[in-house]
Amino acid sequence: MVAVAGRARLPAGVDPAAGSVTLTVAGCALTALPSGALWWPGEATLILADMHLEKGSRMAMRGLMVPPYDTGLTLGLIEGLVAALEPKRVISLGDAFDDGGGAVRLELACRERLTAVQAGRDWIWIAGNHDPRLEADVGGIETDELAIGPLVFRHEPRQGAAPGEIAGHLHPAARVFLGPKSVRRRCFVCDGERLILPALGAYAGGLSVTDPAFHGLFRREALSVALLGDGRVYSFPRRMLSAG
Amino acid sequence: MLPAPFRAWFGARGWVPREHQLTMLEKAAADRSVLLIAPTGAGKTLAGFLPSLVDLAGRSGSSRLVAKGRSLARRGIHTLYISPLKALAVDVARNVERPIAEMGLAIRVETRTGDTPAYKRQRQKYDPPDILMTTPEQLELLVAAREAEQLFSGLKTVIFDELHALVTSKRGELLALGLARLRRLAPNARTVGLSATVANPDELRAWLMPGRPGEPECLADLVTVAGGAKPEITILHSEERIPWAGHSARYAYGDLYRALRQAKLSLIFVNTRSQAEMVFQELWSINDANLKIALHHGSLDVAQRRKVEAAMAAGGLDAVVATSTLDLGIDWGDVDLVVHVGAPKGASRLAQRIGRANHRLDEPSRAILVPANRFEVLECQAALDANYLGDQDTPPIRAGGLDVLAQHVLGMAVAAPFTADDLYAEVTTAYPYRDLERETFDRVVDFVATGGYALKSYDRYAKIRQTKDGTWRVSHPDIAQVWRLNVGTIVEMPKLKVRLGSPQRRVPSRGGRILGEMEEYFFETMAPGDTFLFGGEVLKFLFIHESEAIVARTADTSPRIPVYAGGRFPLSTFLADKVRTMLADPTSWSRLPTQVTEWLELQRLVSILPNRGDLLVETFPRRDLHYMVSYPFEGRLAHQTLGMLLTRRLERLRARPIGFVASDYALGIWGADDMGDLFKRGAPSLQALFDEDMLGDDLEAWMAESYLLKRTFRNCAVVAGLIEQRHPGHEKSGRQVTVSTDLVYDVLRSHEPDHILLQATWADAATGLLDIRRLGDMLTRVKGRIIHRDLEHISPLAVPIMLDIGKVPVAGEADESLLADAADRLIAEAMG
Repeated sequence: MVAVAGRARLPAGVDPAAGSVTLTVAGCALTALPSGALWWPGEATLILADMHLEKGSRMAMRGLMVPPYDTGLTLGLIEGLVAALEPKRVISLGDAFDDGGGAVRLELACRERLTAVQAGRDWIWIAGNHDPRLEADVGGIETDELAIGPLVFRHEPRQGAAPGEIAGHLHPAARVFLGPKSVRRRCFVCDGERLILPALGAYAGGLSVTDPAFHGLFRREALSVALLGDGRVYSFPRRMLSAG
Repeated sequence: MLPAPFRAWFGARGWVPREHQLTMLEKAAADRSVLLIAPTGAGKTLAGFLPSLVDLAGRSGSSRLVAKGRSLARRGIHTLYISPLKALAVDVARNVERPIAEMGLAIRVETRTGDTPAYKRQRQKYDPPDILMTTPEQLELLVAAREAEQLFSGLKTVIFDELHALVTSKRGELLALGLARLRRLAPNARTVGLSATVANPDELRAWLMPGRPGEPECLADLVTVAGGAKPEITILHSEERIPWAGHSARYAYGDLYRALRQAKLSLIFVNTRSQAEMVFQELWSINDANLKIALHHGSLDVAQRRKVEAAMAAGGLDAVVATSTLDLGIDWGDVDLVVHVGAPKGASRLAQRIGRANHRLDEPSRAILVPANRFEVLECQAALDANYLGDQDTPPIRAGGLDVLAQHVLGMAVAAPFTADDLYAEVTTAYPYRDLERETFDRVVDFVATGGYALKSYDRYAKIRQTKDGTWRVSHPDIAQVWRLNVGTIVEMPKLKVRLGSPQRRVPSRGGRILGEMEEYFFETMAPGDTFLFGGEVLKFLFIHESEAIVARTADTSPRIPVYAGGRFPLSTFLADKVRTMLADPTSWSRLPTQVTEWLELQRLVSILPNRGDLLVETFPRRDLHYMVSYPFEGRLAHQTLGMLLTRRLERLRARPIGFVASDYALGIWGADDMGDLFKRGAPSLQALFDEDMLGDDLEAWMAESYLLKRTFRNCAVVAGLIEQRHPGHEKSGRQVTVSTDLVYDVLRSHEPDHILLQATWADAATGLLDIRRLGDMLTRVKGRIIHRDLEHISPLAVPIMLDIGKVPVAGEADESLLADAADRLIAEAMG
């Protein structure tokens, strides 16, 4: 099965945390979900990174007519998670829109779906480099970063940050060497002090965790990756990673 | 027929014009389009150009007008020559300039390729030469240029060289569309096709003529030149043991080397880059006589390749090991021996390659075939018989790709505003698009405009728009610029530069030498520390840094042999049939080496040799597993698809298949259950298992997941302009693609399964990577003709494919279960 295909709305009654993996950061137990979202049960908080909504329409503006369904797909995914987990708070870790103008281009139907999932809970938009400022009102609160208990939520991971950083931005993906072949998937990266989420956007690519952009961010000996699979997250230690 | 200066020129060289050269003059005089089929060395090129030279030489006041201003009335291009290769265009230009210079004719010949400097290409548009030599991509750019009308209004002749090689690719489809536009710009121009022998000349004759809906097919005249001296082809005879399987042909190097020593200049053709590397390395290891042996394949640095070509032409080499990069018609030097290592896979390819030796019609070419294993002995013998018979096996021309059409439609909007009615009428005169339906055409136009989605949210970003007068126009000049940058149908796989680094340093020093380029996916199968052959040396893969693979030299002499990558052709249908025929007929075995006949005799004793039309399926146990080996002889691609579908089916029937391996000749599936027993009990029967209906739902389900389809989709998406390869300012290729086409494919499949690009992908895959057409033909052919042999042991015929198990990576796409197994193992370990 293809992991990214059909990540649509979850059927009612399905436990989105099934097949998940628990990652501990600064003493907080966090659940890495197969969809690529992060669930903090202790705070009933759902964390979403790099949704890149309206990437399709942004490419269309440049003459590249990729299918216009990316925003709807990602919203469907969030609707499923929100319905099943009923979070008290949702944090978007930045690059929620592929550009600030994405909020303006959002089709009315999608705007309404977004309003519906925001109802009854706190919704925080952390600013990303793609969307430092949202150019239309899409509900929620905008901020640069956010601290809750021992955790700090920001878009771009910082070299030398204090333990407890939860970030996105890098779109981590990892290639694991499995005997006859290697498999590459989007992944969570974690070393117990810091966690980087995979990108959620339907058209968001992945950057290998062996890329220099990740250098210095994680303690090598403690680093592990959690690869997104079909209804399951697969955890692997650093030694099983392959380049690319 | 021939004017005096020409007669004198021939005479001065002691030549007499050949009959077909004169016939070509007559055809030109009668204003007839014509297909000239001639073997290499028959003076085909001169025959094609002679009428144009005669006409140009005889025109009034033969000094041409010199155009200074744009308004000045002037002559456009008289003859357009199109070749599949840049290098060939340049080579032919040189050959045509010679008689022009020697006769002192005032005829200007120029080339125009991707390498031509921009200022010269610009100048050519307002001051064109009489004869322009170019490529299909350049033609597309020219017909879309603002100056197209003046350039081509005086066009008399269009010459297509190596037409047989052009028409079966997407480039050929683009060329056919370009020709359709040329006909509109120059209704009186005639076409000339130059071709090697083909199975069905009528297809090429029709390709050269405009099709008219509802009217019978119109054919260009045909001129055929009988073959010259028959080539002397032999199969290498060796006292060494011919291996059952494998592709190294290592047993033959001693004998091969002796043959090289006796020749002046040898070309050694192989089928894949990895084979080229291997042969090159092995020959050097026994090069006691210090022969100058060079290597030539598509991954080597261009400068390196040019050096080898120059050395060849200058006579500085003794032998060159090459892949298909040296296939087409260029005269590289005085080659007197062609060696083919591995089976040629197609009789036409063999003929073409052998034609590289001795470019003179009346002297026979000399060639040696070196089969790498026993099945290849059969195949070589079949190919050899075919060449003597003059049989050819070029594939039929398929219906034109919709991705290519999309590119052309945008190009025609770049040229000038068009109405859908006019453009539809025009493109359907192109042979590959003669059956294109109007509805499909309209959907392609819609795709070009806004992507063609049911959700109309991109209307405001449309690339082309229909204006009030009903014409379609480009909505912004940038669109035209991007189109020009991306014209063409050759999609490059994402590639990595191979750079020398040091194993001690994580980040490479910038100084490390770049050795060449290789497809990214090649490195995806490698773990750091793996070794491979490249450029004749053993390299160790270290890591990937940005767009470079960092490698180090190593003293290791036995590299992990790379899996097949790049340039592997499946066994042709034609040759497969010949091999099946040979197997079924023991009286034809006398020409085979004793080792091989003994192998076949043993098979006859232990199992059976199937009749030509039958499909043999053998089942047998081995160690703890059960095997099923079938012998369709339909090529690796079709077998791979069959393997995927059969294992799916067996799994559904709970027969517990584990894996399969496919070769050009056979398919081996293994599993935990006794499949022989299942078939005997009819649960399922073999007839049911091999039923054609597997091409329905099973195929559909598999396609959804197949990485092969994704690779094909990427090509279509790039050609159709959904994703650009090049963007102004970033004129690199491959990794520039801005969104992963795999992700786009998934979204498209789930939301618009009937999208025009998925149709194009499907059509490509059916004839390409999945070879479904061939698989379908085979399943129809063997209906009711499947012969089952349930054996106690492996049969002699099954040995080669069984040896491939473990060497060839197991086909299959069980990523998810691989991940699950590995993760579970770790958990189990941790739990102790």
